[in-house]
Amino acid sequence: MPLLKGRDMIGRFGELLMGIIEAPVNALESLMGRKRMPYLFLAPNLILFGIFTFLPIAIAAGYAFTGGTELFVSDRPFVGFDNFRQLLECEDYLRPGSCRESLFWTAIWNTLWFVAFNVAATLLAALITALILNRAIAARGFFRAIFFYPVLLSPVVIGLIWKWFLDRNGLLNAFLQMLGVPPEIFLLDVGWSRFFVVVVSVWFHMGFYTLILLAGLQAIPKDLYEAAAIDAASPRRTLLRITLPLLGPNLLVVLILLMIRSVQIFDEAWVLTNGGGPGTANSFIVQYIYQMAFGSDLRLFGLASAASVLMGLVLLVLTLIQLRLGRKMES
Amino acid sequence: MSHGFNPIGFLTRTRRPGRIGMTDILSWLWLIAGTLAVLVPVAWAGLSSLKPAAEITRFPPTLLPRTAVEMNVPGYDKPLSLWTVTIDGKTREMAMVRRIGLKAQMVDPQSPEAPVSVDVRTMSPIQKLTAATENYTDPLTRFDFLTFLKNSVFVTFVATLLTLIVNAMAAFALSKYRFRGKNAIFVLIISTLMIPLTVVMVPAYLVVVGVGLVDSLWGIIIPTIASPTGVFLLRQYMLTIPDELIEAARVDAATEFRIFWRIILPLTAPALAVLAIFSVLWRWNDFLWPLIVLSSRENFTLQVGLNAFQGEFSVQWHYILAMTFLSLLPVTAVFLFLQKYITTGIAGTGMK
Repeated sequence: MPLLKGRDMIGRFGELLMGIIEAPVNALESLMGRKRMPYLFLAPNLILFGIFTFLPIAIAAGYAFTGGTELFVSDRPFVGFDNFRQLLECEDYLRPGSCRESLFWTAIWNTLWFVAFNVAATLLAALITALILNRAIAARGFFRAIFFYPVLLSPVVIGLIWKWFLDRNGLLNAFLQMLGVPPEIFLLDVGWSRFFVVVVSVWFHMGFYTLILLAGLQAIPKDLYEAAAIDAASPRRTLLRITLPLLGPNLLVVLILLMIRSVQIFDEAWVLTNGGGPGTANSFIVQYIYQMAFGSDLRLFGLASAASVLMGLVLLVLTLIQLRLGRKMES
Repeated sequence: MSHGFNPIGFLTRTRRPGRIGMTDILSWLWLIAGTLAVLVPVAWAGLSSLKPAAEITRFPPTLLPRTAVEMNVPGYDKPLSLWTVTIDGKTREMAMVRRIGLKAQMVDPQSPEAPVSVDVRTMSPIQKLTAATENYTDPLTRFDFLTFLKNSVFVTFVATLLTLIVNAMAAFALSKYRFRGKNAIFVLIISTLMIPLTVVMVPAYLVVVGVGLVDSLWGIIIPTIASPTGVFLLRQYMLTIPDELIEAARVDAATEFRIFWRIILPLTAPALAVLAIFSVLWRWNDFLWPLIVLSSRENFTLQVGLNAFQGEFSVQWHYILAMTFLSLLPVTAVFLFLQKYITTGIAGTGMK
């Protein structure tokens, strides 16, 4: 029984950990009293959040108003709104070329298009797969596992696997040649490379969202379906009146996660497209921030921070809208 | 019920024994197409990683890793490649001496004295299956691949362990106590969900430099421990644990920590398992943050190392694919072994 053995090991390890932590925590409890214990339990979490999330946010605000290439804020000259002005000064936002920081606006538009297609495609694929896997279909554990497999892989590995698959000498071109289609260097073509960045992203992540949706589907009580069957409800009615409403919270979770993660596309696209190529066709907003701050010794930390602040605000608004939607659905 | 195809019925109807409808066929098509889409790119990378350097750029490619059969022919210093040649309607095996344009000079290995000139269009190479293991052994011995692997394992294990403890403690406080500022703190923690690393990456780098963790594995562990997702997931689960259990333990004079460790944690095991899986995936796959924080090669994680390797050996696909596949194998093995636990874990263990 390997599982029992594993549990046993976890148990022993837990005992060891408890032995280390318990005495000091109990001492603090007798010192502070039971009423203050929740603050103690929260402390490690809040300290870490404070140092590595809230402090950076505070610094980011300061950073965004400073210039130069020094790292520490005290060494950096105050430049007011210069960074924001540089990012936002634009004749026509629809044409990145007319903007002072054209790379930034290229990245924004690339990201928006990617988010739109990626969210729609992933959600649809995951929902269809989850609904199929929720049926009494043979080998469904196998299929569930197969669809989930890419989720475990690293974005770098996935980027490389697909880069090779789409290579001039890759399997896709070999297949196309069999059909008499001339070979194409997909990742050097603007349209194709964008298409495949979405394909790779769906391929990578859909299994994860399928699982969440499948869990939601399986949590729907079976007797509701039995009742619907007794009432001779049509499949459409069952889907619209039972499945989707009860799946609603899960769909919302998936949508939130998907949007927030899609906006931050970087890893697999970076590896797949050799850093956003061809040209800037797949240059996304995180890549812009990364390159301004850390790429090729630019050290434009102020500009990168200003861009981060703007992206953060967008994510914030997005999340607030989603949360509101969620609250409405619950009530 | 209508007999035409009903897309919604297709997705909701459960199978009836002894009847295969349109719905089943479409379901199977979707599943099989999806399976191929998942497996083919991975399998292709795996097969390609076994091809010798000379074969990997051949187009159209062979599916299986093959290599030319060569032979030592008396009178020639280097081994010669073997070809199937058709001369005067007869098919023979011959070795190629040299090739000039569309003509090739061939010799019969049995009687190598008299080379003949052959049209290259009438001949095809003789190949055998091969496994270019040097693609795998070279990176392991000549490059720092083992160091990268070791770093990744360390980061993943330590970060996951700390993530579980720190976030479970916070979730316990937020689900089982009443205290001042509880809601504000919960909202504060959840709000960090909106502030992902990508948003604060520049100042976070400054903080990591400031506390002296830059270019260290701890610099990619510690900032990732506190997780709003973790707190949220565990808190939601802990809310379902009845308070009576805790009150009963208090009556028995258990300390708060003991209640947490002995009652709450075991009952939260399914949610902890989900968080552990998430955490392992996050840390194993982290790329951007390690890319920023780590600068010396001996500290690289697998992902950063693989990316660096890709840049250095951009045309040597046989090495790149072998390393890619090597870093994919342990994950695949874990997946095959734990697949059931991982998938049911994410799908919400014990939720029936």
